[in-house]
Amino acid sequence: MTTTSSEGPAPAGPDPVLEADTAEPAASVAPAVVRLRDVGLFYGEFRAVKGVSFDVPTHQITSIIGPSGSGKSTLLRSINRMNDLIAGTRMEGEILYHEENLYASYVDPVEVRRRIGMVFQKPNPFPKSIYDNVAFGPRLNGFKGDLDGLVEQSLRRAAIWDEVKDKLKQSGLTLSGGQQQRLCIARAIATDPEVILMDEPCSALDPRATLQIEQLMAEIKERYTIVIVTHNMQQAARASDRTVFLNMAEDRAGYIVEQGETAQIFTNPTHQMTEDYVSGRFG
Amino acid sequence: MNAPSAVLGSRDRSVRRDGIDIRGLLFAGFLLLALLFSLAILTVLVGSQVVQGFPVFAERGIDFLTSDLASNPANAGVAQGIVGTALLVVVVAVLAFPVGIMTALYLEEYAGDTALARFININVRNLAGVPSVVYGILGLAVFVTLLAVLGDGDGKTILSGGLTLAVLVLPLVIITSAEAIRAVPDALREAGFGLGGSRWQVIRQLILPAAAPGILTGTVLALSRAIGETAVLILVGAVLGSFSTNGSLGALLTGPYTALPAIVFDWARKPGPAFQADTSAAIIVLLAITILANAMAVVLRNRYERKW
Amino acid sequence: MTASAAPGGSLLRGSRRRRRNEGAVRGALFAAAALSILISVGIVLSLVFEAVSFLSQIELSQLVAPGWFPRRGMFSIATVVVGTLIVTVIAMTIAAPVGLGSAIYLSEYATPRVRGIVKPILEILAGIPSVVLGFFALTWISPNIVQNLFPEAKGFSLMAAGIGVGVLTIPLVASISEDAMRAVPNALREASYGLGSRRLTTSVRVIVPAAISGIVAALILATSRAIGETMVVALAAGASGGSLFTVDPLGPGQTLTAAMASLAAGSDQVAGANAAFQSLFFLGLLLFLMTLVLNVIADTFVRRTRQKY
Repeated sequence: MTTTSSEGPAPAGPDPVLEADTAEPAASVAPAVVRLRDVGLFYGEFRAVKGVSFDVPTHQITSIIGPSGSGKSTLLRSINRMNDLIAGTRMEGEILYHEENLYASYVDPVEVRRRIGMVFQKPNPFPKSIYDNVAFGPRLNGFKGDLDGLVEQSLRRAAIWDEVKDKLKQSGLTLSGGQQQRLCIARAIATDPEVILMDEPCSALDPRATLQIEQLMAEIKERYTIVIVTHNMQQAARASDRTVFLNMAEDRAGYIVEQGETAQIFTNPTHQMTEDYVSGRFG
Repeated sequence: MNAPSAVLGSRDRSVRRDGIDIRGLLFAGFLLLALLFSLAILTVLVGSQVVQGFPVFAERGIDFLTSDLASNPANAGVAQGIVGTALLVVVVAVLAFPVGIMTALYLEEYAGDTALARFININVRNLAGVPSVVYGILGLAVFVTLLAVLGDGDGKTILSGGLTLAVLVLPLVIITSAEAIRAVPDALREAGFGLGGSRWQVIRQLILPAAAPGILTGTVLALSRAIGETAVLILVGAVLGSFSTNGSLGALLTGPYTALPAIVFDWARKPGPAFQADTSAAIIVLLAITILANAMAVVLRNRYERKW
Repeated sequence: MTASAAPGGSLLRGSRRRRRNEGAVRGALFAAAALSILISVGIVLSLVFEAVSFLSQIELSQLVAPGWFPRRGMFSIATVVVGTLIVTVIAMTIAAPVGLGSAIYLSEYATPRVRGIVKPILEILAGIPSVVLGFFALTWISPNIVQNLFPEAKGFSLMAAGIGVGVLTIPLVASISEDAMRAVPNALREASYGLGSRRLTTSVRVIVPAAISGIVAALILATSRAIGETMVVALAAGASGGSLFTVDPLGPGQTLTAAMASLAAGSDQVAGANAAFQSLFFLGLLLFLMTLVLNVIADTFVRRTRQKY
């Protein structure tokens, strides 16, 4: 099923890729809202990611960890079809959302992104008022109900309502970095997505803001499903329920080395490479 | 370790200034002279026109601005030119602004890096370098003829003049708008798409508002260019010499017309100090308008310039 | 896995109306973009048709007549081309040093405060309509400069026109050259100063060579602009009504552009489908080709600058 060329650090044994978790993962306890099946991602000729399969269980936080260049962000962006915006990208395999293939020809990426939201690495609020930032998504969808109420609810759920309730008309850019990121989370929540993808959401923030975001994640996972890419292993260990470890093979394509319950990955990993990575011996 | 300091010792270690740097001073002087040359020319130009033209305003005041063209320089005024220029600006704005922005949007947001996009880009850049008199020929051959066929006059109307001017400044609008759109950071687009916006929604609600100042500045500059453009008007048949209309809007739009720069050109060729003074007075009016337009563009640019 | 079958009521399908709107928007934007191609085609066609018609109506001997007198059937190309060349050379003699000098000063010497004053001045100069400069060349430059320096000069002269065109082109040379010099990375300046060079050396031996592609592009574009300039020569070079072949810059002369203006509105004005009038299009074609070639060459130099950094 996988290629026969040797990849990864060559141990004196079987091919680590074959050894890694490319088979159907054991069914997780919770049902999976998103499932990746043998996903490969290409930028033109270059293969960024290969043979990736894992489930994203509902109402849990799944983290994707791995060294730089292993294709984590690319993988994350394929879930909400953001890669479509870059010319020359191609996908193999399937990404299923409620058992529907997101890349089927009849699927409109706009609909995908309304159900699978995203928070980016560097907070990017619009140069609009705080209110308009949060209201942007619902307005796109033609929301006709109580917009004020929706904005307040989203800001509350993002744990920032108290700080901004008196200045909703101020520009979102006047907030601090951590506040901006929570605003972006509120903005993503306002469209009532099922899944929220977070691409290293704390890497531009200070430790206090980072902690706030992690606490927020723990609170909102009851309502949403979260997939987070992070290169901060302590964060993954603290905050997530399941972990997927992606590494870069010798052909520079990312592949899954191991995946499973976070506790198990960090305290009792199956593969030596995982052990090496989580204990900081490389990456 | 025992490196002899013979070599080092013989080198002069003083850091005192070694006399005056003549060459450097001369060079800097030359450069400054180059700058002052421009300033001097500008001053002399504006000054000479003010000196020569001011007496006309002193004697006749507003009358100069409200009189029609006449063969007697003491009666001739620029009223028809002001009206003509104003109408031309409207036509140019209505035509060049939307087409220019739409083209820029297509090139920057839709076309990507395809061969077609690069071809259009090269084409626009070439058009930007075509002399205005050639655009005049295009206007004469196409727009004037077309309007003569469609209407029943000779086709030399504000419409054909405005069309030609619009085509002249279109590349400028496209290029400056495209720059403004390109300057909008990708993070904004990503956030917009990430929330489920379609391409047009992201453009209309995020990119255009963000690029608006740059686009506006470019448009004002293009209009300012159109205001001062003479060669085109000569080619497409703005009236040189005098004419009269019945003043109705219809007559203005479909009949003979003139514009400020055309009046300047016509009077400049007439002999005699009286018309020379009139020319300078007309130039004062023209300069006032173009400098005002340019200043507006600069103010717009400075006021809304965003540091991303 | 039910992946590929399209469930009838899939929410992921998206609204057909939105897809249609998006398509309509894209179509409209493309139409606008295509318009620019249409314009180019229009220019070329309107020039070529009539120019060919002109050439078919005349004998080739008329193209090497002793002068340019369209109403008498004399269409000496050499007269107008040489006139254009003389004006352009004079113009570049002024615009190149002044423009480059200003650019070097602005880029390497000037404090932000000086820049804040000088740049607007150059921008104002750039915004002066060419007809104004033409009148200025005729009524001030000619008597006060040309005739002062060369008492034998006439009131109308290619020299006066050339100076006027030069002044017009200064801002173009200055702004493009300055952009090119500012694009040179500071690392080079630091390296040069770090070795103990003074500003003169750094500017002339380091920055200018590094920015040379942009500077050359600026000069070529300015030349192209000077060649295409109409109003200054129409007013200041005289020779409406025709001109004998001349290489004397101190007297009146004819250029490509002034001849065109003359045919359209000067004393050579003559309408209709006769050869005299159609020579207008022939000249236009020559002008268009000359400036096109220059602009394309300049463009390759601009792209070379971009590649470097």
